[in-house]
Amino acid sequence: MAMTQEEILAGLSEIIDEIAGVPADEVTPDKTFVDDLDIDSLSMVEIAVAAQDKFGVEIPDDQLKDLKTVQDVIDYVGRASVSA
Amino acid sequence: MGNDATRVVITGLGATTPLGGDAPSTWQAMLAGRSGVRKVTDEWAQRLPCQIAAPAAVEPTTVIDRVQARRLDRCEMFALVAAREAWADAGSPDVDPLRLGVVVASGIGGIGSVLSAYDTLREKGWQRLSPFTVPQLMPNGSAGWISLELGARAGVHTPVSACASGAEAIGYGIDMIRSGRADVVVAGGTEAAILELNVGAFAAMRALSLRNDEPERASRPFDKGRDGFVLGEGAGIIVLESETHAVRRGARVYAAAAGAGYSGDAHHIAQPDPEGAGATLAMRRALEAAGVAPEQVAHVNAHATSTPAGDVVEAQAIAAALGAAAAGVVVSATKSMTGHLLGGAGAIESVASILALNEQTAPPTINLDDPEDDLGVEIAVKPTDLRSRGSAPMAVINNSFGFGGHNVAVIFTAA
Repeated sequence: MAMTQEEILAGLSEIIDEIAGVPADEVTPDKTFVDDLDIDSLSMVEIAVAAQDKFGVEIPDDQLKDLKTVQDVIDYVGRASVSA
Repeated sequence: MGNDATRVVITGLGATTPLGGDAPSTWQAMLAGRSGVRKVTDEWAQRLPCQIAAPAAVEPTTVIDRVQARRLDRCEMFALVAAREAWADAGSPDVDPLRLGVVVASGIGGIGSVLSAYDTLREKGWQRLSPFTVPQLMPNGSAGWISLELGARAGVHTPVSACASGAEAIGYGIDMIRSGRADVVVAGGTEAAILELNVGAFAAMRALSLRNDEPERASRPFDKGRDGFVLGEGAGIIVLESETHAVRRGARVYAAAAGAGYSGDAHHIAQPDPEGAGATLAMRRALEAAGVAPEQVAHVNAHATSTPAGDVVEAQAIAAALGAAAAGVVVSATKSMTGHLLGGAGAIESVASILALNEQTAPPTINLDDPEDDLGVEIAVKPTDLRSRGSAPMAVINNSFGFGGHNVAVIFTAA
């Protein structure tokens, strides 16, 4: 079942708060993980694993490195959950 | 630049122990003769012969930020808590980052993380391992995290010498300043090993007290009824500083870190040399390194863990190292209250030694109901005034010995 962008953003915000301590209201689609949200590559790995559990969408390492912004992840999860 | 004559002083103290969440509460509990030993109620303890330990009085997760705690082993949390206290206590010194060092030891390191990560690996696969697993399990993790927080760039070090590790870290810190590598060094030790594996393994060595029915009476160094040590957890951290640097910034000075002495037993991997030759040698070398005469020594914080083999040998080694001057010394075994913090022991006992010197009061040794006969030194059973002891400047010795035959004695003198 496809999720809306809003649903993915809400789920992703919860994950980011839990793992990196960034409040949900700061997690907006235009933010970059590294520069804006101060999330390092190790924490990105944790976020990707948590996203897999939450959304049922695996994000392989070679894809993860290209996901620079919150919107990038929303788009990736949205596409993958449609095709799943 | 430093040299062998550079005086090193202590300007900050921090601790989180079975007796309190900071250095002042730990010290007050020691003076009150309180035991931090408790019955372990975890399910795993029911499978083991030893069911007592001395857990930290304050859970580190209640004082460490939730997100940071996810990335830390418990021993790293203790180290950070104690380091923050020590740094604030020192007045958060304004120091060139290139001249700030960190030396924080652990006997075992992130063993809790090793065990839980191994469970995750077997049950869920490698993909579910936290990407922070390696920095959690590496013994130098605590030193690394503290260096990050303080921006320390003179050098980050972690000596590992079992139960002598914390004292060795302080000795290394003194050397960093004397050799001119740093002006300020954050030094100490940490441990978080109250876990089924560790308790089981020490029990397998027959090293632990099995006085499960009387937890607070279980750690009883120098007492004829002692039957082993009690495992404790926590951390102690001190801020070492060149006297020149401390004076320039007007810092409050607790004491001087006068020197450390080291030796190896080369006798047995886990039993003390029955002659105590290595312990005596470490104390003599410490006196020499510190330029301290035996007559100056008022107090010794003994390693004394409450094991049948170690305590008497150490008391006799103290008597041998100090010669005639041993008659004026009072010895305390604070493990009677804190249990044995392994790599944290030398650090929290250095904090206790520094406060004893600073307040001229030796803490008590509790549970000493029936002392061994031939100790050759006086043991403090209540808080003991040091003012009539030790010629000026007054000195105290902190002994720490570790499996592997490591002997370290650190000497502090009145500022």
